Amino acid sequence: MALNVALVSPTQQVWSGEATFVSARTTEGDLGVLPGHAPLFGVLVDGAVSIKGSDGSVKEFNVRGGFLSVSNDRVSILTESVD
Amino acid sequence: MGAQLRIYRRRMRSVKATKKITKAMELISASRIVKAQQRVSASTPYANELTRAVSAVASFSSTNHPLTTANENPRRAAILIISADRGMAGAYSTNAIKEGEKLAALLRERGLQVSNFLVGRKAVNYYKFRNREMAGTWTGFSDNPTYENAKEVADALLSAFLADSTDSNVGVDEIHIIFTQFRSMLTQEATAKRMIPLEVVESSEPVPTSLLPMYEFEPNAAEVLNSLLPRYIEARIFNAMLQSAASEHAARRRAMKSATDNAEDLIKSLTRLANAARQAEITQEISEIVGGADALASASAGSE
Repeated sequence: MALNVALVSPTQQVWSGEATFVSARTTEGDLGVLPGHAPLFGVLVDGAVSIKGSDGSVKEFNVRGGFLSVSNDRVSILTESVD
Repeated sequence: MGAQLRIYRRRMRSVKATKKITKAMELISASRIVKAQQRVSASTPYANELTRAVSAVASFSSTNHPLTTANENPRRAAILIISADRGMAGAYSTNAIKEGEKLAALLRERGLQVSNFLVGRKAVNYYKFRNREMAGTWTGFSDNPTYENAKEVADALLSAFLADSTDSNVGVDEIHIIFTQFRSMLTQEATAKRMIPLEVVESSEPVPTSLLPMYEFEPNAAEVLNSLLPRYIEARIFNAMLQSAASEHAARRRAMKSATDNAEDLIKSLTRLANAARQAEITQEISEIVGGADALASASAGSE
């Protein structure tokens, strides 16, 4: 079981692939997503999104606001800009 | 060289110079279409995800958000027209402007006042020449729009929408957008779409509602909708701008191609005319010489 993650900005698809763990900061606080997570839609605040890929590598992205949606092990992170 | 021939040669030189320019513009546009198309497809994942999200939130939350519910007594409507900054693109801008006129007439029939938001120098000049009121204008980025440009336009439209339409001359109840859809290299179409109140179901690939999961919202559905909808509008305007930019390049390429073809035809017929003029000149010279020789011969024959 792995998460299917896509990190997209208006101008490009920043990252996409398989991951085992995703963490992001929503307006309510830090949030971690593992495979099998319940469907969720959250508003992100400025901060780091980290994605742990299936190969064990950890990627960090600094997003400026955005949204996180989780459904059926599909995670999409929509953000206006990524640093 | 005879006067006639000189004039033909001069016209040919000028047409050739024009042809060089139009040919160069054609090639430039051709290369830019590809880039513009790539930008359209690069922005698609974001737009698709956002559409999916908006449909999910709008269909599962019972919240009545002003952006999704239509005002029962609309008074004013905004039209956003996306046109080009530069000409030389055939009927590209004209088509968008005309589509705008058509929509404005339709809205007036419904008893609405229309306020115009214009993108691109061509539309702005058209309205300025006719002394019409403009609620907002943006120029200088029609062939290469950035997300910031789209955001700027979206902000102005949203603030007009959120203003009260009953007592001010600013507020609007509906927002329509007119842009040129890029169907293929050969077909582009000026299209009018209603942006607000939302018709969430219109995406390129219809979102099957049965597959949309019951989302948990963080912090809550209303908040999520509040922050989601402006982004959605921005993304849609951005997408419309990118498509219009691609269409503009395609229209310009086509216009410049036919200009080049016409210049070629003109050069061909001018060459024929010049050749005929040269031939006529030579024929005349020969007949003059022959006539002169004849006259000399008959003159000397008479003196004998």
